[in-house]
Amino acid sequence: MTPHIPEPSAPLLAIRGLSKAFLGVQALDGVDFTLRHGEIHALLGENGAGKSTLIKTLTGVYRRDAGTVALEGREIAPRGVEEAQRLHIGTVYQEVNLLPNLSVAENLFLGRQPMRFGLVDRGAMRRRARAVLSGFGLSVEVTAPLGRFSVATQQIVAIARAVDMSAKVLILDEPTASLDAQEVAVLFGVLRALKGRGIGIVFVTHFLDQVYAVCDRITVLRNGRLVGERRTDELPRLDLVAMMLGRELEAAAHRIAADPAAHDDADTDARPPLVRFRGFGRARSVEPFDLDIHPGEVVGLAGLLGSGRTETVRLVFGMDRADQGKATVDGRPVRLRGPREAIRLGFGFCPEDRKKEGIVGELSVRENIILALQARQGWLKPIPRRRQEEIADRFIRLLDIRTPDAERPIQLLSGGNQQKALLARWLATEPRLLILDEPTRGIDVGAHAEIIRLIERLCADGMALLVVSSELEEIVAYSRRVVVLRDRRHIAELRGGEVTVDRIVSAIASEPASSGSEGALA
Amino acid sequence: MTLPLSGPPPGLRRTGLLRSLPQYGALAAVLLANWLLFPDFFSIRLQDGRLFGSLIDVLNRGAPVALLAIGMTMVIATRGIDLSVGAVMAIAGAVAATMTQAGWGLPAVLAASLGAGLLCGLWNGLLVALLRIQPIIATLILMVAGRGVAQLITEGQIVTFVSPGLAAIGSGSFLTVPMPVVITAALLAVTALLVRATALGLMIEAVGVNRLSSAGAGVNTPVVLVAVYVWCGLCAAVAGVIVTADIRGADVNNAGLWLELDAILAVVIGGTSLLGGRFGLLLSVVGAAIIQAMNTGILLSGFKPEFNLIVKAAVLLAVLLLQSPVLTLLLPRPKGARPVSAPLKPAIQPAKRESGSVKP
Repeated sequence: MTPHIPEPSAPLLAIRGLSKAFLGVQALDGVDFTLRHGEIHALLGENGAGKSTLIKTLTGVYRRDAGTVALEGREIAPRGVEEAQRLHIGTVYQEVNLLPNLSVAENLFLGRQPMRFGLVDRGAMRRRARAVLSGFGLSVEVTAPLGRFSVATQQIVAIARAVDMSAKVLILDEPTASLDAQEVAVLFGVLRALKGRGIGIVFVTHFLDQVYAVCDRITVLRNGRLVGERRTDELPRLDLVAMMLGRELEAAAHRIAADPAAHDDADTDARPPLVRFRGFGRARSVEPFDLDIHPGEVVGLAGLLGSGRTETVRLVFGMDRADQGKATVDGRPVRLRGPREAIRLGFGFCPEDRKKEGIVGELSVRENIILALQARQGWLKPIPRRRQEEIADRFIRLLDIRTPDAERPIQLLSGGNQQKALLARWLATEPRLLILDEPTRGIDVGAHAEIIRLIERLCADGMALLVVSSELEEIVAYSRRVVVLRDRRHIAELRGGEVTVDRIVSAIASEPASSGSEGALA
Repeated sequence: MTLPLSGPPPGLRRTGLLRSLPQYGALAAVLLANWLLFPDFFSIRLQDGRLFGSLIDVLNRGAPVALLAIGMTMVIATRGIDLSVGAVMAIAGAVAATMTQAGWGLPAVLAASLGAGLLCGLWNGLLVALLRIQPIIATLILMVAGRGVAQLITEGQIVTFVSPGLAAIGSGSFLTVPMPVVITAALLAVTALLVRATALGLMIEAVGVNRLSSAGAGVNTPVVLVAVYVWCGLCAAVAGVIVTADIRGADVNNAGLWLELDAILAVVIGGTSLLGGRFGLLLSVVGAAIIQAMNTGILLSGFKPEFNLIVKAAVLLAVLLLQSPVLTLLLPRPKGARPVSAPLKPAIQPAKRESGSVKP
């Protein structure tokens, strides 16, 4: 194979006018995408931008509604991942879709094992496996079960399998999501080598630093539409973030919240913090961070998807255990080993995935509201039924939860009302620190405004709030301070007049080198 | 409720009686069939200070499965299952018979057998709650190993004993009611008190519906899980002691054999979903009574006992069909029984509640 590939007339992969709708929702709307030989092309966008749909339509998991896909000038329409693989399009997903209990060699050659006399030729398979993997700089025992190796090694085996099956196009869907920095470097070495062999790589990721480290070109999608394609070296980070978030930076007003007192930090900072974290972090989850939260203040966490916002709040609530750093509440050191400890300290947490981690669907609104309070009291001290009904009815009225009665299973309520019932669950415990992860996601406009008003009211009552949100205007409106995250790191802390959409966006887009100064702020 | 009901009328709220109509209906149907076959079925006579009759037989013979069903209900409510209860019966029976034969007094014998059941439950609970092994596999271990343990205790022999005290537990009576029935009723009452007079019932249901959400709300999920398996082990041990006391010996190869399946069947007939969540202890006992009434009816009718298994399978099929979301969608459902906004996915959950209203 020659290192230099002459540029053919047709691009490696040309997608034109691709559209796909699900039940009337337009997931992809006339999207163009071009991949050239020997390039690494980042496909970027926030949640719901259409990245996954694009990939799944390309590999035949979904049938496209309209548009053309041409591979080296020849139109293709694969009807499944296997057929796409035969057409030289290989895909490697974030969670390795190989079989951990089979050996490395078996995984490499599954379904195409070298045969002799009608039986699998194991010797030949092992020899070829070693040869293939050494081409990727990987020398592992190919007879050992794949599951025994690190995720990075498994990723490389998955890539090796795809490439060895004559892939010309390699699609990597968030391959680095569970890798550490060193493993990412190894993976990037492999990608650069493949690029030298003329293979085109589509790289889906949330990590902007990685995009700038390895990608030649960037295509940004938003809400199912193509925002644009740029060369990486011609696209400043600020412009990239603006493309992803869909904001005209010039037009974005220098917003300050309606209540200027909310941003006035003079007397709040003088008071001792309710909670204080120092060097708090967890390997492969979020880098160590410092964070203070005072009574009566709202601290916002802003950043792109996958930047470590959710990971941060899960550490604070003890859902995941920190493996380094210290936490204090009221100046006393505490260990956050789980939600039960956090609740005893007066924390509450509304998770991002309401259905999976928040509501107990089959139980009634009443039972969902009193659950945390009852759990804190212990099973031996049941809350009397009458008192449960009083609590439930009070919060149903207070938060205007729309339900015929408190006995309705919570899963039958709308998303906004489920969220309010979860808020009620924590308010019933009278928490000192309430943590909200995307409290307004998937909620209709009316409930949205009510929840924001509620956040402001709780804060005025002296409760501390830590809020994650992708809605930057929303965060700016209620936060006294905003911590900005990128690539699992707290990179900046904005306060008072600095809390504006523009400042948040430019902090997200800032070069990694310039982020060294934020330590002093915290 | 205190709130004005703009939605469905109050009558549609699931009251206990309405929800349990299919179970009581099924029990009545089986009893009626037995009565049609044997006009004497309901006749009860008092003899030597103890009640006799086919109906009493049903309750007496059904007691072991009913006891297993009480413990199994709570395990299933946490979305688990306990396959080891039959083997635990054998272990408890082996301990009781061997110790009685060795001359131990009744209190020590009972404490040791029930303690063995608690230990078995603790083992299952720790596997499920701490090691996070799937319940069906975790309890399969003890299901297989349990009879071996019981054989080690009895040294492979069928151990018989002479002990009027222990025998009375199996075949004696209290205020004319057979002892197994009294013990079952007492354990049902204690269990119901334990889960419904405390917050344990709520926590069991919460863990069964959504373990992640429950843990996030501060429910001590490992303790809840261990507790239900321990209680299930205790119930199985009580059943094992009753069976051993009744036959005055421990036959570890046959004691409680396949009864775990009857217990699961009783719980499912009683309307507790294998998906976890809402549970009804009394209804599971009714389920056990339905199974035993069928057994008795088939025996009385002169069919071969093998026929029993096929009838049981047919009843199970009928119950599962009534709970099947596919069939529920085909059948007409009462207006307003489910809001139009109900999402497609949880259909399997509302379906089992609605089986009550769609059953012909």
